Amino acid sequence: MKRFADLLELLALTPSRTRKIAALAQYFSEVPDPDRGLALAVLTGELDIVNVKPALLKQTVLAEVDETLFALSYDYVGDLGETIALIWPHHGEGELPRLSEIVTLLNRTSKADLPRVIGNMLTRAAIHERWALVKLATGALRIGVSARLAKTALAEMSGVDLQAIEEVWHGVKPPYGELFAWLEGRAERPAIDHTARFHPLMLSNPVEDSDFEKLDPRDFSAEWKWDGIRVQLVLGRKGASLFSRTGDDIAASFPDVVEVAMGQAVLDGELLVGHDFEARSFNDLQQRLNRKVAQGKQMAELPGFVRVYDMLFDGDEDIRALAWEARRERLEAWFGRNPQTRLDLSEVLPFGDWDDLGELRRLGTESHGHEGVMIKLRTAPYVPGRPKGFWFKWKRDPNVVDAVLMYAQRGHGKRSSFYSDYTFGVWKGNEIVPIGKAYFGFTDEELKQLDRWIRANTVGSFGPVREVKKELVFEVAFDSAQKSGRHKSGVALRFPRINRIRWDKPAGEAARLEDMDAFVG
Amino acid sequence: MNKPILDRNLYVPAIDAWIDPVAPKPRAIITHGHADHARSGHGAVLATPETIAIMKVRYGADCAGRFETLRFGEVLNIDGALVSLHPAGHILGSAQVLVEANGQRALVTGDYKRLPDRTAEPYAAVECDLLVTEATFGLPVFQHPHPKDEIARLLKSVADQPERCHLVGCYALGKAQRVIALLRDAGWDRPIYLHGAMIELCGLYEELGVSLGELLPATGMPKAAMAGEIVIAPPSAIRDRWSRRFPDPVVCQASGWMSIKQRARQALVELPLVISDHCDWGELNQSILESGAETVWVTHGREDALVYWCRQQGLAAEPLALPGLDDDGGEGGA
Repeated sequence: MKRFADLLELLALTPSRTRKIAALAQYFSEVPDPDRGLALAVLTGELDIVNVKPALLKQTVLAEVDETLFALSYDYVGDLGETIALIWPHHGEGELPRLSEIVTLLNRTSKADLPRVIGNMLTRAAIHERWALVKLATGALRIGVSARLAKTALAEMSGVDLQAIEEVWHGVKPPYGELFAWLEGRAERPAIDHTARFHPLMLSNPVEDSDFEKLDPRDFSAEWKWDGIRVQLVLGRKGASLFSRTGDDIAASFPDVVEVAMGQAVLDGELLVGHDFEARSFNDLQQRLNRKVAQGKQMAELPGFVRVYDMLFDGDEDIRALAWEARRERLEAWFGRNPQTRLDLSEVLPFGDWDDLGELRRLGTESHGHEGVMIKLRTAPYVPGRPKGFWFKWKRDPNVVDAVLMYAQRGHGKRSSFYSDYTFGVWKGNEIVPIGKAYFGFTDEELKQLDRWIRANTVGSFGPVREVKKELVFEVAFDSAQKSGRHKSGVALRFPRINRIRWDKPAGEAARLEDMDAFVG
Repeated sequence: MNKPILDRNLYVPAIDAWIDPVAPKPRAIITHGHADHARSGHGAVLATPETIAIMKVRYGADCAGRFETLRFGEVLNIDGALVSLHPAGHILGSAQVLVEANGQRALVTGDYKRLPDRTAEPYAAVECDLLVTEATFGLPVFQHPHPKDEIARLLKSVADQPERCHLVGCYALGKAQRVIALLRDAGWDRPIYLHGAMIELCGLYEELGVSLGELLPATGMPKAAMAGEIVIAPPSAIRDRWSRRFPDPVVCQASGWMSIKQRARQALVELPLVISDHCDWGELNQSILESGAETVWVTHGREDALVYWCRQQGLAAEPLALPGLDDDGGEGGA
């Protein structure tokens, strides 16, 4: 365990990406199976210790530490794992078992016995081991290491191409014995069964107005940017999976989509809800997404469907290397062979030049609620990640509103000492009512200024929340506004972020609740 | 009912003096030389000779109208009110202020620590009725490790990465000298290199009898010669352009805050060294109980938790909101 804790600490504190990769590669090449595989699972977020959840850890600690002192500490430290590691009051002797033994122990121990077992380990562990232990148990690392970086280290250690590792990734499971065997040349490549596997998605880059001069409209195709969630529908011989963009299988929430899909393919598209392929609002979709298991009434009212825009596999054939145009042809032919009730094709928008498309974009966003348009290079292959120059998103201009800062809360992780989560509101008569919260959109320097302002202008505090003088105006950008019973104002914003801090603007000139009506669609 | 001998602004009516005032006052008692306690411009300053020497170096010989020296163990009697200074163990010359009048004893700790440190006079426990304690690390998450172990981690990192230069961020007053002394005591006998801001105060410590070994200016050395060496610099310099003159520097910082990894990450510190010149939570608790005080005022830091704890112990406790102190202090020498 010490070795793993040392690695996590180094990863958390070393700013250099090269050094992080080197440390990971060294760890993977020196530590034996299954420990290194479990470490890899922790780093990539694939290790799930079912019975150890933050609530249980808290309960373990609260048996030994006063609840108020714990709450004050957690608010100050801003990270549950660190708070527990630092506050645990007992210090004992002895070494922790190796990583794999700890994982086995945590998985085999009954829920009732876990607090005792975990307490025991916390007592024996050095502080950074405690921290690693809690991180391991909850899976919430927050140390600035992505799954991608861990895989990059695997590539570095083995000389195997990163892309090839990504390819097999979703087909292998912790502790990754066969993966390491392949990387070390001791075994064949793990079989890729694409019927149960998520394939990393191709993502787009935002387009700037100045980009258009360099782009020839004849080289590009355009589609609406749909306001749903990105999904990958994998239709295999043995069944179907519906993956979110992060690779979570959400098929159980949408049996109305997956069970009636015909044919075999891996498809890329947008999950939406509505009858007769008429997409309803994102808010409606969210009601379905909030359920782990679909309910009949909801499925009848808000049936799901997938608007398909790309194809990665046609049957068993990997067509990702083909140009977009060729893939589109294959996709249309596939739809011809496999009639669908809950899948349809995302239409290709005809346009002459960029001004034409701009006008379409304006109409589509204003009258139909589209998020904007997607622009795709006709000759581009399907490349996982965010390759430059292939796909562009041209989003609608954000809505903006001037709102007044009401409350601030300290952030977590890297921002744990800063007041970085802001609740803001608009005028309703003579009072200000909250319309949303945002915690990004400002620079680090602005964050420091805001933090200072908040500390100097606090009028009250409730636990971790500070109420401030209603004097500071934010220009808040947001994608859309909806009616909401959750906020006192009756309005909720989608994707709000701080566009500008209006140090200059008096609060009296901020928006009024009536002004929000124009945005509620 | 006796008149209070100390008010909530740390004003002592019996002798018409303020303790560590942030604004200029006719008469000030200064616990120690850090900028959040010692300011210039007072009419008269009463302090230990070491603190007065530090103030003169930092702010100039005329930074106060008049200096009154009070050594540890001496008692000043002003119209029947007794004032005495007792070692706080925080930095060289740091003192706790005891005021006795009207049959009451009030103790203002200033900043203090209990662990032995050869660069400061060792902390002395003082009994009192009213205790005004700092709370820089007043949360139970602060359980400081032993500084020897932290210095051992630094020396191991130096040995493991001989091609790199270790830059240790330290407050110029107190922490820098303590880290140097700890390095010496751990057997590091190579020259230790100093940022310009450190040189004068290290000289003063030497003059006052704290031996620090061979110290050289860090600037002006060829880059390659600094591989494997240790440089002491203010925290602001170690991540600034100043640090570019060193080969692939390992940014270290010596502070009690470094126990929180997210803090270290924010500060871009690669090797955090948890070396604190303040009490940790357990030591604060111990000191409060040992003082025998029935009333505790808590200031400078995380007052809420310590006030809550005191009340749990049956003590009358409240936070003191002193003006000019931010949440995390400015220069706390933490």
